[in-house]
Amino acid sequence: MAKNKTGRFKGLTIQFMPYSEIENLDSGARIRKILAVVLGNKLVILQGRLKNEEETRLIEDTMAMIGHIKKFKGIELATLNSNSNGLGMVGKLKHGLAKALGAQEAITIIGPATIVREMKRNPRKIEILMNK
Amino acid sequence: MVIKIIRNFIKRIFSGMFKDKREVRLGFYGPPNAGKTSLANKICKDWTGEEIGKVSKIPHETRKVQFKEKVEIEYKGKKLTFKMIDTPGIATKIDYEDFMKYKLKKKEAQKRAKEATQGIVEAIKWLDDMQAVIIVLDTTKNPYSQVNITIIGNLVARKIPVLIVANKIDLRKADIKKVEAAFPEYEVVGISAKYGKNMEEFYESLFKLARKV
Repeated sequence: MAKNKTGRFKGLTIQFMPYSEIENLDSGARIRKILAVVLGNKLVILQGRLKNEEETRLIEDTMAMIGHIKKFKGIELATLNSNSNGLGMVGKLKHGLAKALGAQEAITIIGPATIVREMKRNPRKIEILMNK
Repeated sequence: MVIKIIRNFIKRIFSGMFKDKREVRLGFYGPPNAGKTSLANKICKDWTGEEIGKVSKIPHETRKVQFKEKVEIEYKGKKLTFKMIDTPGIATKIDYEDFMKYKLKKKEAQKRAKEATQGIVEAIKWLDDMQAVIIVLDTTKNPYSQVNITIIGNLVARKIPVLIVANKIDLRKADIKKVEAAFPEYEVVGISAKYGKNMEEFYESLFKLARKV
């Protein structure tokens, strides 16, 4: 959401990334792909979620970039998982099977901290608060 | 082959005999300014008379992993020895301008930001070396932050036992129920590290945690 010459915001770009885009990539390539979009001042909405160790690596790589890339202050990150609470036995089984087959059931939002002030997360929703 | 089996058997017997006497590597993890160092200080002061590190209102005061070895804690007649490992707060963003709000000069703030980013990387690298971890959360803040979920997810994946400490229960805005609701699968103990409130219950939970190692 860069400012133009008059000081007004040009707009926000949101890039939707289907899980198939990262499915066959190794962890390093997944993170590089996501960070490349974020460094372009875009908000990424990823279908699915990263593995736990990929999330920590994303934080590590982000920290390594702060101070080296001009105006980059880090990222805001939130994942919303599908909820299996309230499902019956069959529903839970289907849910578990879908989870085992891939992480596509979740949604992950990653944005540059220069644009996103905060992501307020609770089990049912994610609120994205933008910087003025 | 037979000698190897016998040697391994003897090793197992001996390591079992001395299991309770070894040092448990106990990590303190969590977001910045949750009170990790305050809690580690309280424990170290209680049992060794010395503190582990400095605390401050400015976030990212701890920017390097700091240790205190051979901290022997006694609870209800049982003794356990810990190596306390206090880690820098984990965050996904660092802005030196945030430090300037605490009246730090620009250069000082930039230096602090640089050290803080390095500290976060160091804290993550240390995850593999922990035997048990205390996640310290600020009870006045939203517990559903992705950083908390990410740290706990990583510990679960590494099969490292976790205890969640809901700190700052002395504050009016504290909501321990929210922390319990966010992490129903974990034991949550509410304390005030600053005022030493509810430390008895904390030590009981700590001994339960150490038994899982």
